[in-house]
Amino acid sequence: MLRYALKRLTSLVISLAFASLVIFFVTEVAPGDPARFMLGMNAQEDTVAALRSELGLDGSKAERYLDWVSGMAVGDFGTSYTYRTSVGGMIADRLWISLPLALYALALSTAIAFPAGIYAAARRGRPGDMGVMGATQLGIAVPNFWFAMMLVLIFAINLRWFSAGGFPGWDKGLWTGIKALTLPAIALALPQAAILARVMRSSLLDTLGEDFMRTARAKGLTRRQALWRHGLRNALIPVLTIIGLQFSFLLAGAIIIEQVFYLPGLGRLVFQSITQRDLIVVESVVMLLVFSVILVNFLVDLAYAAVDPRLRQRA
Amino acid sequence: MSLLEITDLSLDIGTYPILKGITLSVAEGEIVAVTGESGSGKSMTALAVMGLLPGGAATRGHVRLEGREILETSEAQMCRIRGRDVGMVFQEPMTALNPVKTIGDQVAETILVHEKCAKAEARARAREVLDRVGLPAERFPLTRYPHELSGGQRQRVVIAMAIALRPKLLIADEPTTALDVTTQAQILDLLKELVADYGMGMLIITHDLAVVSGLAHRIVVMRHGEVVEEGETRALFADMKHPYTRMLFEASDHCVDLPPRPDGTAPLLQVEGVSRDYPLPRTKLFEPRRHFRAVRDVSFTLDRGDRVGLVGESGCGKSTLTRAILGLEPVQEGRILLGGEPVLDGGRPNLAVRRRIQVVFQDPYGSFNPRHRVDRLVTEPYHLLPDPPKGAAREAAIDEALEAVGLQAADKRRYIHEFSGGQRQRIAIARALIIRPEIIVFDEAVSALDVSVRAQILDLMARLAAEYDLGYLFISHDLSVVRRITDRVLVMQAGEIVEEGETEQVFLAPRHAYTRSLIDAAPRLPKVGAA
Repeated sequence: MLRYALKRLTSLVISLAFASLVIFFVTEVAPGDPARFMLGMNAQEDTVAALRSELGLDGSKAERYLDWVSGMAVGDFGTSYTYRTSVGGMIADRLWISLPLALYALALSTAIAFPAGIYAAARRGRPGDMGVMGATQLGIAVPNFWFAMMLVLIFAINLRWFSAGGFPGWDKGLWTGIKALTLPAIALALPQAAILARVMRSSLLDTLGEDFMRTARAKGLTRRQALWRHGLRNALIPVLTIIGLQFSFLLAGAIIIEQVFYLPGLGRLVFQSITQRDLIVVESVVMLLVFSVILVNFLVDLAYAAVDPRLRQRA
Repeated sequence: MSLLEITDLSLDIGTYPILKGITLSVAEGEIVAVTGESGSGKSMTALAVMGLLPGGAATRGHVRLEGREILETSEAQMCRIRGRDVGMVFQEPMTALNPVKTIGDQVAETILVHEKCAKAEARARAREVLDRVGLPAERFPLTRYPHELSGGQRQRVVIAMAIALRPKLLIADEPTTALDVTTQAQILDLLKELVADYGMGMLIITHDLAVVSGLAHRIVVMRHGEVVEEGETRALFADMKHPYTRMLFEASDHCVDLPPRPDGTAPLLQVEGVSRDYPLPRTKLFEPRRHFRAVRDVSFTLDRGDRVGLVGESGCGKSTLTRAILGLEPVQEGRILLGGEPVLDGGRPNLAVRRRIQVVFQDPYGSFNPRHRVDRLVTEPYHLLPDPPKGAAREAAIDEALEAVGLQAADKRRYIHEFSGGQRQRIAIARALIIRPEIIVFDEAVSALDVSVRAQILDLMARLAAEYDLGYLFISHDLSVVRRITDRVLVMQAGEIVEEGETEQVFLAPRHAYTRSLIDAAPRLPKVGAA
């Protein structure tokens, strides 16, 4: 198991190095000069050149790449062209909202999907199954911002249980923060839960058809015991894969929900910095997202091995 | 009173009758074999006793276990009976165990489900049972996972789970069909011992009459959901009353009229010092790759019109060698020539050679594209020809190939799902024949077929060998079939050919110890009337 983990860790480092190269050079070849963009189209050539040198844009590509990577390694992401503040600080602020939001949504989606998927699989073809399948169909079809608006309408405007948007900050207390993230987390979680429940159901149904389930029944286990003791763990692998993918999406893909709820999260930061050609911010945020995706994949790999002894040995 | 009494059991699934008035019984300490071809309802009979019938099954009649009516027992009660009073062993040991649980946990579970006892005690008892089925603690600790065991060892674990609570009845559904002959012999011995030790009754289901003859006290022959004949084993073999039983018996030991071997012919397929390596996964990141040698320095020659058998147990390298001969994979050492030309020409298949050799695979269900009609399937090898026949010539060739294998020309407009397993195997042979190859490789081509169908396909092969002047390489784990259909035989063990010779010679006087163990382990049919 330790060897397996070390092997996955090595591949994590290699992926990161490769990703940083790709991100740096792709952003470099993107058209548009940040200095010219900041100064406007009518700026003097020498003013632009001065700003370029001030922003550190005149070094060679290799120098700038090394600066950027070595800076990131010690937590220094550089300085934003537009806001002239530390990128690291900007990202940290946003991450304090986006990360809890993503985790919150993921926890909700898993909490909804697991029971729903198991329930449907255990009642395959019966009304309970059809009900769950119908609901998930709806959950996938309806966009999450529509859910978001409905939630605001019902719980914020009519019932006044939650505020309609904004984030008070964690210094106002843990509960206040969680409360502010609840509606966005639900809106994000519902479509994800619908997908996850379907994956859970079909994976479990596949497992229920396996020979060892029949063996379990022949031992005297009830249908339910066989499902819980032998079915579930074998059905988890595809579900873990989807959970990993969903987390990555939730971290960066929440931009519409962030807009609906006026949350200053990572998604909005990326959007703003792209429109303002704030290359260093874009690069850093993208790198951070790539890092988190690779890290989540690493964790999912470890989870696979925890679930399935065959994978532990293959390493 | 018998232990198990099935009286007039009928079973329908939907409106389709599966069993029609089955009557049979098993007494304590008795081994009763249910035999018959696929679709005869053998397995459904077993599942009915277990109360594990698929949804939508409607039963009539009686299944009594120690006088208790199983068909009217509630599901909750059945859960208490299964595993405690009746144990079951299944066909596929590779998939019958949960891959993510240790063997100790899985055996102990049988005990824990039925008895209130501490986990430690259940594990201690699981240990004893595993010892009993021949998995000693030194080599097979309770913490082993199924994937760390071979097929035969896994089947022992399945048996351990089934007998952990010393049930009164053990049901074994084709328990050795998926195993090699030597393993099969060991598992059958184990089952026999257990029955004697524990005084269990055993209902064993198998399609293999030879397995049955050395094991069962009584035999029940089934066809299309009915019992056609039953009786004490020796008496039944001595005097088979029902024509179906006789047909089964004869087909199991079917003698093929192999045409005389053409003499004075030139070597056609030459395999010279061939080795084939597979890369193993790296255990460290930057170490050099290690290799597994699946085929080791194999040489043999197949003359024009030669009928050669290749036998060996699973994992011995038969299939790897087949793929190399067909030019599907490169070899690391040696060379393979067909008519003096290499089958692989600089890493690319040599089409001029390929069209002289064709193959028929084991699985009649998986080896056809289900979306193509038979005419298109049969003409697939035409892509090997520089100028394949078109129009009327093509149609004529299809008709001829289909008729040669005993099908009709009209069958070419049908899809593959409309054919039975035996018919599909005929189509596979037609597909191989259509470009008039000189050699056909039969890779376990009759292993998945019922004995009666198998007999027909073997006859067909013998006839085609004469009509088409055809040589073949017949690869099989089934020694009795190889003996009847080949002139020469190669015995393969762990990637090497350990014995080679005239088939009859090898079978009568095997020189290598491995050949001898294979022949000894193979179950044999008794001579008719020699009871």
